[in-house]
Amino acid sequence: MAIFDEELVRLNGLVLQMGSLVEMAIKNSVQSIVARDNELARKVIDGDHQVNTLDIEIDEESIRLIALRQPMAGDLRLITTAMKITADLERMGDLAVNIAQRAIELNKEPVLKEYIDIPRMREIAQGMTRDALDAFVKRDMKLAKDVIMRDDEIDDLKHKILSELLFLMTENSSIICRAMRVTFVAQYLERIADHATNMAEMVLYLIEGKIIRHTSKLP
Amino acid sequence: MTNKVELEIKGLNFYYSGDIHALKNINLTIHNKSVTALIGPSGCGKTTLLRCFNRMHDLYPKHRYEGEILFRDNNLLANGNDLIKLRSRIGMVFQRPTPFPMSIFDNVAYGLRLKGIKKKSDLAERVEKALKHAALWDEVKNKLTASAYDLSGGQQQRLVIARALAVEPEVLLFDEPTSALDPISTSKIEDLVMQLKKDITIIIVTHNMQQAARISDWTGFLMLGELIEFGTTERIFTAPSEKLTEDYVTGRFG
Repeated sequence: MAIFDEELVRLNGLVLQMGSLVEMAIKNSVQSIVARDNELARKVIDGDHQVNTLDIEIDEESIRLIALRQPMAGDLRLITTAMKITADLERMGDLAVNIAQRAIELNKEPVLKEYIDIPRMREIAQGMTRDALDAFVKRDMKLAKDVIMRDDEIDDLKHKILSELLFLMTENSSIICRAMRVTFVAQYLERIADHATNMAEMVLYLIEGKIIRHTSKLP
Repeated sequence: MTNKVELEIKGLNFYYSGDIHALKNINLTIHNKSVTALIGPSGCGKTTLLRCFNRMHDLYPKHRYEGEILFRDNNLLANGNDLIKLRSRIGMVFQRPTPFPMSIFDNVAYGLRLKGIKKKSDLAERVEKALKHAALWDEVKNKLTASAYDLSGGQQQRLVIARALAVEPEVLLFDEPTSALDPISTSKIEDLVMQLKKDITIIIVTHNMQQAARISDWTGFLMLGELIEFGTTERIFTAPSEKLTEDYVTGRFG
């Protein structure tokens, strides 16, 4: 294998490594709310620096490859996709930290209600993230499109949670503080899914060379 | 960059003497006032194709064209074309600078004198215009009578371009015009090419893919005498549709 090909394989590997850390952070952050586990929440918050380190490493490596190898066509698309996916993953990592911070706050107070839709949102958002990464590795167009389709589901769930909590808050003002925190968590999960959607859109660009962002229709 | 057609190549085949089939059924549209780059590995036919556009192959007997190259609706491959006239309308700049052993002024005036322009003031005016057009005027205006050989390689190449421009061609063909030049001279020639396309159509053969990417609007990729893919330069270098093109532009060829 040519040295440049090895470098691209390594870049691919770094993106996956970052992706699996973020996926785990999403899972653990919600788990720290459901299980009221402060230690797990701290683990998520403390672990974010690893994500940030990889973010910088991938950017530096990509810039180096662009400058020294002057990539074209598929190679150029791989490197630009890696850079953009990384930016999304970094934000997703931050959002997982935000969820963990809300968990620590929520865990200080009595349980608001049983969490049903939040874990469901987590499941979808985490699944979208995993599948976007899978689609990136396997250059799987169908899977990437599937990720994009799932974004609606998560938007619906968020609206459901928001209207439920709004109803509870109007009934009982003493829970406003807690309900707001849960509202934030739903927002964060919805944002995570948006980033996963961006990643999937970049994967479509990687495969096809067409930018489909900001268009309502899938190719 | 316009969408007007300058040259329309239809079913072009070219045979070197001994029936070596060097170009195979080339179909291609060259757009008016744009830069078209021809890329491909050595021996792919890109220079052979370039030389068809001003009938350079006619300098050797036994070479044979088939098909058509329409230039303003006339087939320039037809018998009976005035090749001297054709070559002043479709000029050529070669890999190595080819100044004539005469003064800077006379080099540029050469083609004009051939065309019958004799009046000194007319000549002076057109020489100055051509040298300015080729971005060389400021460097040579005080030594127009000096020998062209006193100039650096990069200046000589711009002098040759000025000589071609003096006869006001509609198309200029460049055959690897910077492969013998250093990076600074190269960048001057590249800037010049991009300036020139405001007025004329340019076709350039280059081995330097970054150069093709930098200066051209359209790119054609040739291999073994066939045009594998043709499209906007942006598309060819970011998302080519043919695997052979992808392999070539990413350096995974062969």
